[in-house]
Amino acid sequence: MPMLSINRSLHLKILSGIIVFGAWEIAGQIPVSFGFPTFFESMAALADMVLDGSLLHAYSDTLRPLAIGLLISAFAGIAIGLWIGLSSWFDWLFLPIFIVMQAAPLAALIPLLVMVYGIGLTSKIFVVCIMAMPVIVLNTAGGVRNTPTNLKEMGRSFLGTEKDIILKVIIPSASPIIFSGLRLGASAGFIGAILSELKITPTGVGDIITYSRSIADYPSMYAAIFSIIVLAVVFLNLLERLEKLLFEGNVRGYASD
Amino acid sequence: MGTHQTRVGGDPSDIPAAAVSARNISKTYGDVEALKNLTLEFPRGQLTSLLGPSGCGKTTLLKIIAGLLEPSSGEVEVNGIPVTGPGPDRAFVFQDFALLPWASVLRNVAFGLELRGIGRSEREGIAERYIRNVGLAGFEKSFPHELSGGMRQRVGLARALAVDSQVLLMDEPFSAVDEQTRRKFQEDLLGLVAEENKTFLFVTHSIEEAVYVSDQIAILLPRPSRVSEIIRPRGLRDKDVADIRRDPEYLDIVDQIWASLRFYVE
Amino acid sequence: MKVLGLRLPGMSSLILWGLLWEAVGQSGMSFFLPPLSSVIGTLIEIFGTPAFQKALSETARAFLAGVFFAIAIGIPVGILMGKNRLVDELLLPWVNIFLSAPLTALVPVLMVLFGFGMKSIIITTSLFGIWIIILNARAGVMQINRSLIDMALSFGASPWAAFSKIYFWAALPEILGGVRIGVIRAVKGVIIGQLLISIVGFGALFELYSANFLMSHFWAVLIVLFALAFSISELLAYLERRVSYYAAKR
Repeated sequence: MPMLSINRSLHLKILSGIIVFGAWEIAGQIPVSFGFPTFFESMAALADMVLDGSLLHAYSDTLRPLAIGLLISAFAGIAIGLWIGLSSWFDWLFLPIFIVMQAAPLAALIPLLVMVYGIGLTSKIFVVCIMAMPVIVLNTAGGVRNTPTNLKEMGRSFLGTEKDIILKVIIPSASPIIFSGLRLGASAGFIGAILSELKITPTGVGDIITYSRSIADYPSMYAAIFSIIVLAVVFLNLLERLEKLLFEGNVRGYASD
Repeated sequence: MGTHQTRVGGDPSDIPAAAVSARNISKTYGDVEALKNLTLEFPRGQLTSLLGPSGCGKTTLLKIIAGLLEPSSGEVEVNGIPVTGPGPDRAFVFQDFALLPWASVLRNVAFGLELRGIGRSEREGIAERYIRNVGLAGFEKSFPHELSGGMRQRVGLARALAVDSQVLLMDEPFSAVDEQTRRKFQEDLLGLVAEENKTFLFVTHSIEEAVYVSDQIAILLPRPSRVSEIIRPRGLRDKDVADIRRDPEYLDIVDQIWASLRFYVE
Repeated sequence: MKVLGLRLPGMSSLILWGLLWEAVGQSGMSFFLPPLSSVIGTLIEIFGTPAFQKALSETARAFLAGVFFAIAIGIPVGILMGKNRLVDELLLPWVNIFLSAPLTALVPVLMVLFGFGMKSIIITTSLFGIWIIILNARAGVMQINRSLIDMALSFGASPWAAFSKIYFWAALPEILGGVRIGVIRAVKGVIIGQLLISIVGFGALFELYSANFLMSHFWAVLIVLFALAFSISELLAYLERRVSYYAAKR
């Protein structure tokens, strides 16, 4: 029975892929717009770009600000979040800033960042950070604050030191929420990385998109967009795998249900 | 009534010295008085129940004795030493188990020892022994969500036993498990009290449970909480566990407690 | 946070940050950060200007239209997914992909297909908001307590009555939660759309100000935007609490 249901879900995924890509192909065949290439044209363009190495080259440009920005956001974000979650003074001082940042369209800061830091790598890293960091901070702080009281009391009553309780009770307990913050942050980081390449200076994948649009090479443009979406989805799935690997028991119903 | 029981001090010869004493404990939350000037002794090697309607501060008192809460005034002594915080002489069993959902049964049971800095192989050896003792052999690798409520509380009990404290603080430990399991637990608890030379503090809201398992029952009345009565069943310990519930003394005490509590139940 | 036994209100530290901003601005440490007071002065000054009013109304129109489509399409699709397993299994992978995909990359496609105008911005806004609305409506329908539905059926409820009296209300807390997050995302979407298609709304205004290094103007617009976004998000959270008072008790 489980075998059967795995098959069903896989078959339906394939079917759903065929339907969507088929619709894309047909819409491109009609064509619905001069700017809408078929699925196969786009995939052919993708294959070309992979084979001649231009896509790889582009990603080495795109991934640098993204990776640096995400690493900074993850480490700083979790550290600040822990701090906010553990200290009511930090909570008062910093939480409002991140709440406003989370609600606000921070993309509007990009023109300012360009004025201050120019059009280079620094600005792009900044864009990734301001997009990715708030949700990581807020999730971490929320997860830490919502650690079940009984678990903290248990740690104290069995003589855990403050460090023990933070490392062995609070962080593992908050880890599912921290990881969901990391996933949301990474997804926002991708948005920021592409936005900065489209808005600040065309480099990497943003350059392929902008350039092929300007010379009306639409299959290449669609292929580049397709590739970045695939990359983002694959990366987020890997992050989910990593969580399962690190925190085996996170796949759980809470023991106090 | 009254022939088969004694008030504290009525017959001091058969009451062991106190392992835990709470003196003049008061606890206020803002304007709310949870406990007022409460004094109570817990004889060594015996099981004392704190019984009372909900909101009477039994759990608050237990957490003060555990060192998890600070009293607004008054003091607690365990073996003559004043309590300033959690200590190795006391172990807590939680109402909602307080198991780490991400840790296996083995790690959960060994967790108290882990926090005391005991090496891995030693603490896991001890934990395995207690897992067997509470009847969970074979479940060492399971996670809490894979266990039933009763089994989870066995894990919580094994964790408390594993640190080998003289005093066990149990906060309504059986309230979240089903009726059959609870009866089995109560029988096992009687065995535990007889075997282990430990002092048990047991919070419950079930009159039958308190009478069944206790050497001494402290009845707490609410708002603000105070000890209204101390009952020491006399003849129940020597009976077979299966016969206690039919014993006239058992039935009388249950009736008597209900008579004094019914007035306070909304 | 308590100081001397007095509870400080939640967002009161922002006043402290505002003062810090003013101090740094006054000290003239950075050309890019004028004092808060002069920014607020500029804000009052430009608020009535036609350029600002035009940007605001264009943005509001695009935003409202985008949110409307996201909600009007998202909620029914989500409810359908929650009730029908086949639809769910066919659509869910795509919803999940677009939920986390870098949607900014799609804006150039929209520009090619729908031109450099309002239409593209509205679609960008909808695209940012719709996926989480779908997912939450779906989750809301799926978590409905089975015995609630059995109760309705046992009292002889018609399918429509079961839907309008049980399904909708039981899923409402999740639906509203999704709408709130979706709307916050849509705010970001409308700004990103305008930045990339920078000839309308605040996008055009930003171009103008940054080209002329009008720092106070720039910050004034940022403050307006951030304050609006924050108010919208708080208002929705407030409404959600009002309507979802029963959510925690199920």
